[in-house]
Amino acid sequence: MSRIIVDDSYCKGCGLCVTVCPRDVMELDQETLTSKGYHPARLTDQSRCTGCALCAQICPDVAITVFKESKGEVKADAE
Amino acid sequence: MSTPTATPTKTVAELEAHADEQVVFQRPETLTSANFSYCPGCTHGVVNRLMAEAIDELDIKGRTIGVVPVGCSVTAYDFFDLDMAQAAHGRASAVATGIKRANPDSIVFAYQGDGDLASIGTAETVHAATRGENITVIFINNAIYGMTGGQMAPTSLPGQVTQTSPYGRDTKTMGFPIRVCEMLATLDGPALVQRVSVDSPKNIRQAKAAIKKAFSYQMDGVGYSIIEVISSCPTNWGLSPVAALDWLRENMLPYYPLGVFKDAGAAPAEAETEASHE
Repeated sequence: MSRIIVDDSYCKGCGLCVTVCPRDVMELDQETLTSKGYHPARLTDQSRCTGCALCAQICPDVAITVFKESKGEVKADAE
Repeated sequence: MSTPTATPTKTVAELEAHADEQVVFQRPETLTSANFSYCPGCTHGVVNRLMAEAIDELDIKGRTIGVVPVGCSVTAYDFFDLDMAQAAHGRASAVATGIKRANPDSIVFAYQGDGDLASIGTAETVHAATRGENITVIFINNAIYGMTGGQMAPTSLPGQVTQTSPYGRDTKTMGFPIRVCEMLATLDGPALVQRVSVDSPKNIRQAKAAIKKAFSYQMDGVGYSIIEVISSCPTNWGLSPVAALDWLRENMLPYYPLGVFKDAGAAPAEAETEASHE
């Protein structure tokens, strides 16, 4: 299963990640305020995240880390 | 005797990853842990990250020296885990020239905005380019002066409303925007002149490839490279970060077409790629 971590100490709530997510599983958390006073981005449904990292690509504050289910060994065998 | 190989230290993200997970995106090593001082949604941050990723991937962190301008990126020396210099307004290309000539083995980049590079630093930029200095210039074009509060820049579009053109830029009295890439491409000196944008993940990937190519040209001694990055300035354009990227696509990209305007190393590079595929 894929997931992302949004580091609230970097996120400035610009919302660019929300617009590029192809699965529409990003939103700005209106109930949380970061220490800088922004509503941070969050993943709403981890089961639908594919780990495509488009959110991280466009994040201007490099706040997002993306993890993907490891298939490294299978791939290495195939090659 | 086998020499003990250093165990690669794990990054914070790799330590946080579960056993069955791999990290597909994390903060590049060349960035420090400092928060960018840019406004929310400012694409300066994207470009800083792309440069750091390129430096990581080319493994040149230990010998790269950056020169930062006057502008919103004036404190970029805090963001890169590199040796950095801060140049007087517009003089980043000249300072980079000096650093590169004194330390020919180092990789030197100048990071400049449109007010810095295309206005006060025009002379330094044009002459560094025509001398073919073996440096890399990253040029952020967001059509406005950011740090000083939204005044008209040399690259502001015709009709664009800014603090100093409140009725829109009138080309009869304020002239036309400067297309820096087209201008520099007429010179014989530059090796790589390319314009990219960071408004979408697709364009961000292309921008990264361009920045990486510019650094690798410098490593190979091909010569001067400039990458113009079309960027947004949500704060001074008076738009939300998302609306600013829409404005960029609708207004800036038609005036500043993306593409490669000059590439001295194109032919050999392609030949090499073909040869490696065979």
